[in-house]
Amino acid sequence: MAQTVFERPKSLSDKPFTYCPGCTHGIAHRLIAETLDELDLADRAIGIAPVGCSVLAYEFFNTDMLQAAHGRAPAVATAVKRVHPDAIVFTYQGDGDLASIGTAETVHAATRGENIVVIFINNAIYGMTGGQMAPTSLPGQITQTSPTGRDVETQGYPIRMVEMLSTLDGVALAQRVSLDTPKHVREAKRAIKKAFQNQIDGKGYSIIEVMSTCPTNWGLSGPGAIEWLQENLLPYYPLGVYKDVSTNGDTVVESEV
Amino acid sequence: MADKVLMKGNEALAEAALRAGCEAFFGYPITPQTELAAYMAKRMPKEGGVYLQAESEIGAINMVYGAAGAGARCMTSTSSPGMSLKSEGISYIAGADLPAVIVNVMRGGPGLGGIQPSQADYWQATRATGHGDFHPIVLAPSTVQEMASSIHEAFELADEYRTPVIVLIDGMLGQMMEPVELPEKKETKKDKPWAVTGHGGKRAQNVINSLNLDTPGLERMNFERFERYEKIKENEQQAETYMTEDADIIIVAFGACARVSRTAVDKAREAGIKVGLIRPITLVPFTSDAIEEVVDQAKAFLTVEMNMGQMVEDVCLVVAGRAPVEFFGHTGGIIPTPNEVLEQVEKLNAEKGGDA
Repeated sequence: MAQTVFERPKSLSDKPFTYCPGCTHGIAHRLIAETLDELDLADRAIGIAPVGCSVLAYEFFNTDMLQAAHGRAPAVATAVKRVHPDAIVFTYQGDGDLASIGTAETVHAATRGENIVVIFINNAIYGMTGGQMAPTSLPGQITQTSPTGRDVETQGYPIRMVEMLSTLDGVALAQRVSLDTPKHVREAKRAIKKAFQNQIDGKGYSIIEVMSTCPTNWGLSGPGAIEWLQENLLPYYPLGVYKDVSTNGDTVVESEV
Repeated sequence: MADKVLMKGNEALAEAALRAGCEAFFGYPITPQTELAAYMAKRMPKEGGVYLQAESEIGAINMVYGAAGAGARCMTSTSSPGMSLKSEGISYIAGADLPAVIVNVMRGGPGLGGIQPSQADYWQATRATGHGDFHPIVLAPSTVQEMASSIHEAFELADEYRTPVIVLIDGMLGQMMEPVELPEKKETKKDKPWAVTGHGGKRAQNVINSLNLDTPGLERMNFERFERYEKIKENEQQAETYMTEDADIIIVAFGACARVSRTAVDKAREAGIKVGLIRPITLVPFTSDAIEEVVDQAKAFLTVEMNMGQMVEDVCLVVAGRAPVEFFGHTGGIIPTPNEVLEQVEKLNAEKGGDA
């Protein structure tokens, strides 16, 4: 007798993703949707879409959704959660949204210990606007607005968000994961699930930084982008758990990367 | 009938907002609105609502966006420089057709300006509250009593037309104490089937959004919004008139300036000058009907404002050359005196060949 072993998560709509080939947004969306299904949260989940490539996230998740102004998703999520404490509230934000224009909203939602989940997609570039330097672009990285490579003397250094946020008392979970290998994807899924479980348990602010690709704006193929991520991004942004209140806050950085 | 209590304008407005069913308040400290937020901090938790001091005005207005989208009756308050920071969020609130109330207790500007009373944000409130094709409803109370009674109306208008409503107050009204009869608590739970609450498996997804990449679709959304604005214009204009029946000279003034002008009208009448006052209560929609009613009899209009002359442009648009329109005002935190306004009236009366 035939048995279904793989299907589309119920928390995703029927709409096909509009992301570029080789982009990992689709995987990240799927991991969140699987989590909502497995924890039976879709009925009471409310997502906040950012400005950036994932601005259309409300088309792909079939939960209730709000689209927020650029960088303001944590403020919007704060209010939604305060108004509906029983809802499960998550934001989905890119690096420009979360780590540049929305830094104040991000830091203060975290330090207030808002009981929300923040999924932070870090691909070290602005995607939707066509490949400009991001707050997380690497030293020397060539982008449209750093055409000779990011010069740290004039353009400053990349920002490591989960490390910074892990110093705040309001944070329950700060973890960096990656979508470059099946093993890492499974780890990412576990982290995302833990973040949502934290919200159910009332533990407070959980952020999962997801190292992702942007083959289009990196000027690489899909597999080439994965390699570039492994060779360049992961050494600068070590994977691991930077804060987890359930393990007394010990930092566990993955060593093999 | 409820007893009168002596209260500061900012506090009376806050208490009245709670009685009008305000469920969530998001603020940030700035003079001269601070008492409003402080009052909310003290009272809102006892009412079981949400009070939160945001990280910035930007944070606060985006929290209002979230709470409004989640179906709560919600508000924020600020003073002029903070209003500039809120303009982004107000545009999104208008674009997503959300009901919310924003109080601006105005001070002198531009820039950091000063902390004394002003009406210099008239243009900002009525013309340029944020990017894009929209305008909010703007209410302009002129007494502490009216501050208390207009807030319920502000919430109701916001809900009915799904639009941001600005309550525009000069710092004088925010800071002054007057006897006020607080409104009774009202049950005002509106059905908001569009709000995000979690779909509960019982309905399709709700989305709160201002994005529309389909250009004809975005144009249609704007057309629909402006049809609503036309209804607002037809149905919601409010003005108070004082001694306009036989007036040759019509003063137009709102907020604190209307109080000063009313005293000037009394003094001028004692001197036999036929002068009256139109006090716009709604700035958007502008009270063009009230002006239209007297335009044929008027020999001149005089607007009195605490700015360099902003509302005078709206009066000119309505009068459309049928009578001269003059402006008198102070700015930077100075309140015009009744005698100064009287002088202007006397001057106009002499120029226009009035009776006295």
